[in-house]
Amino acid sequence: MAIVTLTIDGIQFSAKDDESILEIAKQNGIRIPTLCHLDGLSDVGACRLCLVEIEGWNKLMPACTTFPIEGMVIHTQTEKLKKYRRMIIELLASEGNHQCAVCVVNNHCELQDLAYEVGLQYVRFPYLYPKKHVDATHPKFIMDHNKCVLCTRCVRVCHEVEGAHTWDIANRGINCEIISDLNQSWGSSPSCTSCGKCVLVCPTGALIEKGETIAEMEKKRDFLKYIVTARQKREWILNMSDEE
Amino acid sequence: MNKTITISPVTRIEGHAKITIHLDENGTVQDARLHVDEFRGFEKFCEGRLLWEMPGITSRICGICPSSHLISSAKAGDEIFAVEIPETAEKLRRLLVLAQWVQSHALSFFYLSSPDLLLGFDSDPSKRNILGLIEKDKELARRGIRLRKFGQEIIEILGGRRIHTPWAVPGGVREPFDKSKKDHLLNWIPEVKETALMALEIIKKVHQDLEKEIPSFGNFRSLFVGLVSTDGGLEYYDGTLRVMDGNGNIIADHLDPRKYYEYFDEHTENWSYLKFPFYKPLGYPKGMYRVGPLARVNICDYIETPLAEKERREFKKIAASDGVVNNSFYYHYARLIETLFAVERIEVLLNDPAILGDHIRARAMINRYEGVGCNEAPRGVLFHHYWVNKDGVLQKVNLLIATGQNNLAMNRTIKQIASSFIEGSNISEGVLNRIESGIRMYDPCLSCSTHAIGQMPLVIQFIDANGNVVHEIRK
Ligand code: SF4
Ligand code: SF4
Ligand code: FES
Repeated sequence: MAIVTLTIDGIQFSAKDDESILEIAKQNGIRIPTLCHLDGLSDVGACRLCLVEIEGWNKLMPACTTFPIEGMVIHTQTEKLKKYRRMIIELLASEGNHQCAVCVVNNHCELQDLAYEVGLQYVRFPYLYPKKHVDATHPKFIMDHNKCVLCTRCVRVCHEVEGAHTWDIANRGINCEIISDLNQSWGSSPSCTSCGKCVLVCPTGALIEKGETIAEMEKKRDFLKYIVTARQKREWILNMSDEE
Repeated sequence: MNKTITISPVTRIEGHAKITIHLDENGTVQDARLHVDEFRGFEKFCEGRLLWEMPGITSRICGICPSSHLISSAKAGDEIFAVEIPETAEKLRRLLVLAQWVQSHALSFFYLSSPDLLLGFDSDPSKRNILGLIEKDKELARRGIRLRKFGQEIIEILGGRRIHTPWAVPGGVREPFDKSKKDHLLNWIPEVKETALMALEIIKKVHQDLEKEIPSFGNFRSLFVGLVSTDGGLEYYDGTLRVMDGNGNIIADHLDPRKYYEYFDEHTENWSYLKFPFYKPLGYPKGMYRVGPLARVNICDYIETPLAEKERREFKKIAASDGVVNNSFYYHYARLIETLFAVERIEVLLNDPAILGDHIRARAMINRYEGVGCNEAPRGVLFHHYWVNKDGVLQKVNLLIATGQNNLAMNRTIKQIASSFIEGSNISEGVLNRIESGIRMYDPCLSCSTHAIGQMPLVIQFIDANGNVVHEIRK
């Protein structure tokens, strides 16, 4: 780890080079929109909402998976970026079936929040109205593929935090979808411990609790922070040895 | 040469519709039809969705009576859960249904119908709306608006918002009653009760003024269908179905609403998206029946609140030797009796300590694969019928809506009005308005759009036998 100096939106910062541009921006109060990123999980750069412009680089880079080097000059709010961010939300909206008004997480949805943030007024792309299915076979939870934005948070939390690795990604491109175990119904999954972590981290109404009705479900994502901190710092073990 | 007169769209009813009047060579009315061109496909696109979402989804069918869909849907969910919901939840749901009646009936009478009734069918069309009413009788219009607001406010207090509240759910309701609002509502009761009584006086005056015209406004015998309580009282939330014929005879009683499909069937016509339900034992179209206020006040043996019961007895006098009030014009009257009943009943419920409980939701999973929910929407009895799989995913949906059930009667009414008032292709604006008004008696809710204020352009087309427009009038 080394300390580097970089410029974000005209302001100079020094930062550790093993922290992503997203983290550095966040620490310094600069808001970059994100969707697939979630504090406590690894980053995969799947959604591209956090794209930033770096002077001298001819490609836009995702802030969540890009690390600083000495003298980097970064822009997070250019017109070009705003245009792309809005376009990403439009594409996400058009390729799923997001009927917000009758969604279980209406008003508590990260995709909705992002749509407001990027100033989405209407979707210019034709809606695809894909035929997706709803897996309600799990006794406690429901997977509604209509609302999945393929952020893979569920895949990561189940693998990295719960250690069950129930979820995976199948197929490619527009046919890409989240599957449980060997592409079987969630209810028949032998690996799922029914811990509910995936449901809580899912940014949309794709993963929901059974029995929740329209606009009723609010997801509390704070738990992840505590689990991860507890695991990294192992404070309970320290306390135990204190007592001994 | 045969001619077709088209009135499109019908103004001041909820939704989009078109009327055609078919004339023969002599200009005599042969037939009249209400066309509903709108296809909303709710039944189809609910397939594959989840039972828990259904109240919220189906309440989107309509912006005027979402609460009615909400309740039928939640009740279908109760059936599928196979649970008895907590007492508080049932009473709160009842409160919601009554509030829905008040707000919808007030809309129907004060906003949509009273301009015709009070300003006259032949009055200046640009003023024949709620704004014109405000100009003519400010106090009355203000009271009408406040009456509607009373209903809306209860809905808002219960559900958190005025329309499309997802508050009722399978197993009960989501939020308890906000105790702090009780006195506010109770203090409002005397005013709304007075307004309901005033409206009743007005409609009786209208009955006198329009004595000559009323007999041509949908005066025919038909069946009447609705819910009654276990001992035959006016019912809005539960109870069993009663079928009464045009002579006031009860031809079927204590029918289980969950088996509605055994008694009613639906016929389709290629010229309308609205289905034509009929009472099976009599077949189509003889099994034509009417639902809604006129039916409910006709079929019940009594009303449980004193003032409304007194009015019901007055109402029964109109029936005279018929045994039942067959003229659809009296939908207005029945609607106002129900408004009074709803206000009185709301007062009783607000004073009932049971509504303050906080055990409001029974939790359960899928225990049956099929369920029917039913309640009396402002416009008539409303059925939601769902089939689910073991996980709660909808396999099939059937909705039998109030307006649909009045479909045959509405067509019959237009035909009657048209025959009485149209001669040749020379028709006045006032006559066209009478026809529209004939449909508005049923307060049809043909979809979810509201055209409460102002007039949509009205197009009247004369079409000859070959389908050519030979003449066109716009207003
Ligand atoms: S409930 Fe827990 S174990 Fe099951 S899929 Fe979700 S995160 Fe994995
Ligand atoms: S189910 Fe939710 S968490 Fe999983 S990929 Fe889809 S949107 Fe992301
Ligand atoms: S948050 Fe960086 S790519 Fe999704």
